[in-house]
Amino acid sequence: MLRDITIGQYYQADSKIHKLDPRTKLIGTLVFLISLFLFRNVTAFAIATVFLVVMIKISKVPFKFMMRGMKSIFVIMLLTVIFNMFMTPGDALFKLWRFTITIQGLENAVYTAVRLIYLIIGASLMTLTTTPNQLTDGLESLMGPFKLFNLPVHEIAMMMSIALRFIPILLDETDKIMRAQAARGADFEHGNLIQRAKALVPILVPLFVSAFRRANDLAMAMEARCYRGGDGRTKMKPLKYTVGDRIAFLILVIYFAAVIAAGRFGLI
Amino acid sequence: MGIVETKDLRFEYIRRDEEGNVEGITKAIDGVSLSIKKGDFVAVLGGNGSGKSTFAKHINAILYPTEGRVMVDGKDTSAAENTWSIRQLAGMIFQNPDNQIIGNVVEEDVGFGPENIGVPTEDIWKRVKNALKTVGMTKYSKHSPNRLSGGQKQRVAIAGVVAMQPKCIIMDEPTAMLDPSGRNDVINAACELNRNEKVTVVLITHYMEEVIHANRVFVMDHGKLAMEGTPKEIFSDVDKLRELRLDVPQATLLAWYLKNAGLPIKDAILSKEELISELKRIKSESFRLKNADSIISKYLREEKSNETKIVKDKKPLLILDHVSYVYSKGTSDEIKALNDVSFSINKGELIGIIGHTGSGKSTLVQHLNGLNKATSGTVYFDGKDVYDKDYDMRSLRFHVGLVFQYPEHQLFEETVFKDVCFGPKNMGMSDKEAELAAFAALRAVKLPNECYYASPFELSGGQKRRVAIAGVLAMKPDILVLDEPTAGLDPQGRDEILGLIRELHDEQGITVVLVSHSMEDVANYVNRIMVVDDGKILMDGTPHEVFRHYEELEKVGLAAPQVTYIMNDLKKEGFDLSTDVTTIDEAIPEILRSYK
Repeated sequence: MLRDITIGQYYQADSKIHKLDPRTKLIGTLVFLISLFLFRNVTAFAIATVFLVVMIKISKVPFKFMMRGMKSIFVIMLLTVIFNMFMTPGDALFKLWRFTITIQGLENAVYTAVRLIYLIIGASLMTLTTTPNQLTDGLESLMGPFKLFNLPVHEIAMMMSIALRFIPILLDETDKIMRAQAARGADFEHGNLIQRAKALVPILVPLFVSAFRRANDLAMAMEARCYRGGDGRTKMKPLKYTVGDRIAFLILVIYFAAVIAAGRFGLI
Repeated sequence: MGIVETKDLRFEYIRRDEEGNVEGITKAIDGVSLSIKKGDFVAVLGGNGSGKSTFAKHINAILYPTEGRVMVDGKDTSAAENTWSIRQLAGMIFQNPDNQIIGNVVEEDVGFGPENIGVPTEDIWKRVKNALKTVGMTKYSKHSPNRLSGGQKQRVAIAGVVAMQPKCIIMDEPTAMLDPSGRNDVINAACELNRNEKVTVVLITHYMEEVIHANRVFVMDHGKLAMEGTPKEIFSDVDKLRELRLDVPQATLLAWYLKNAGLPIKDAILSKEELISELKRIKSESFRLKNADSIISKYLREEKSNETKIVKDKKPLLILDHVSYVYSKGTSDEIKALNDVSFSINKGELIGIIGHTGSGKSTLVQHLNGLNKATSGTVYFDGKDVYDKDYDMRSLRFHVGLVFQYPEHQLFEETVFKDVCFGPKNMGMSDKEAELAAFAALRAVKLPNECYYASPFELSGGQKRRVAIAGVLAMKPDILVLDEPTAGLDPQGRDEILGLIRELHDEQGITVVLVSHSMEDVANYVNRIMVVDDGKILMDGTPHEVFRHYEELEKVGLAAPQVTYIMNDLKKEGFDLSTDVTTIDEAIPEILRSYK
């Protein structure tokens, strides 16, 4: 079950999007996400759809693969849609016992659902085409200005990249500990909530002990290799904008202008 | 002046209670003075707790001496301004391959050190390429470290140090967690580094075979330097080595026994080739053993008394019937871990399952207690089909107790005693019954009484493992399955655990399945060996039957015990002896017979 989580996964392919600088992709995703909340009409909606579909096509990531991540948020989406449908005041469409579905409510629900779906697809398009390392590098570079406010930008990025490296190791370890305790008769499937919570102790204690031991070892190994924070460090893979990034930014600006224009002058 | 010089080095671990008062002081290093020459390959030997790892961390300026001095390339490690240059000069490899790799891609991990010391980008790439080439990992440069084997991960770690262009590499038990082939790769990488790049190597280990490559050996015991010399000098004193809880290679040990029996063999035999040429020389000088018959019969008698009496009940307890197991069925990364495996385990047997990492042996043992459910085929326990829907799968886990690899990693309770009670309580025993079972189990694993109410996290590695085994034993299983029970232990710890397992079998009549990748361990202890390779049972028989096919074993990356090779080689040299030998005890009278 733990292995089904696809958020943050990387899909290896040779595409123009994969080759973009991570910063371009981060900014692009941010702009796209903001744009989603600027329109409420069909034209702008159509522009965003075309933009997203074209991007997916260029990225060479199979659409099916993208949809895998959607399953996990389906419940949240359903709830939002239902709340929107019933809770928005306006002209009644029809009544269901004490609840009223309004035209405005239905409209709201559709827009919210679409926004949510596009939001997830947009964000996963970024993670699927960017390796975790590039992503942390990009974040570190973009957050650079915050260093002026004493935000430990380098340390945050390093922590993220170490976390990414150890997640699979700790998942494996969890599986192993669960099996070992099951071999001693531990029961994780039966019993009420309290019993089940109690059954987690034999898993969590060894897991934490192991995580701390690993953290200790890793800190020592990093020190032994002369790690002493971000100052004076050089980069093996420094970030560099290329022609592709310039074109990407140009497309992004055009898209953004188009959406705003459509939002103002478009139909409905 | 050597590259590493220590003078009267002392180091104390100070334990403090919650208020910060000193609870106790452990002297980890107690007055060590030594000098390591530039370009040498140095081995530091010692059992667990001898202070050898603490010593290693001083050379890299991770620990600083409490008293005395450590000089690396003429720089004092205690001086704060030297820390970074010393760490760059003397790189360090640690024991656990997973916990020292920082990067998410191999090449990025190798580049981590150079990045830290501020090497310009283009130079980093050059260094990374060279370093990966040196350790033979170039084709994995774009891989994720999580997909590599233990030996490959250690080689990446070595490359990471090489990329910093050190003058000296300290390796702290780099092979303790690896299987034999991984161990070889790492040691070869270290040797090549020493030979071709002229890097000084300091290898901390408790494996004697790895010491043979060194030109100087230091043996540590209780924080002190116990022996010092060339491998030949060290190995000539077998008595002292054994006293220091160290292992001796089989060829050396056999030579030592033969010499004690009266053969004029020279001291310090390091390899089987040396032993064979010595035996040939003695034979060519037509040496005759005096009172040969009485000496031989003495060894024969000893051998007989060592033999275990097994009550073999012919009734099979557990049967695997055409079991196959497929991981991630139906997806692109489908793996057939087990392929049509059939065998039965009889009551009272002591079985060794042998296979290298990835052969499917761990998957196999998890079928024995129902943690894995076969994709096809069936398992019968005591005549009943365990996959039958009326069968209580959980009860099978109590009948077949499984001790995982590194079982001490699953301890979680406040006290040892409570932890051992966990299994019995899960079985539904009353508190009283569970406590009685726990007591019996703790006594059976011979844990000292004062440890019963200690926290399991305070015990030593070997003790923790005993507690974990007791935790399974307390469930009073009919079959005890142990997955690599000696992994990561030093030679004495290994012998103690194996001896304990043998005793549980002999005295309590428990059927035991012992999973291992070490032939030499298993040959001495079991009555039946199953060889697993590529998800199939390749061989199944007594140790003698299996080791007779030592050439086939080699093809699947396994090896027979060194004695078996020695006997076969002697036979080829014209000695008239039986090659059907798997232990040193059997080899001695066989060889002596040639000198009657």
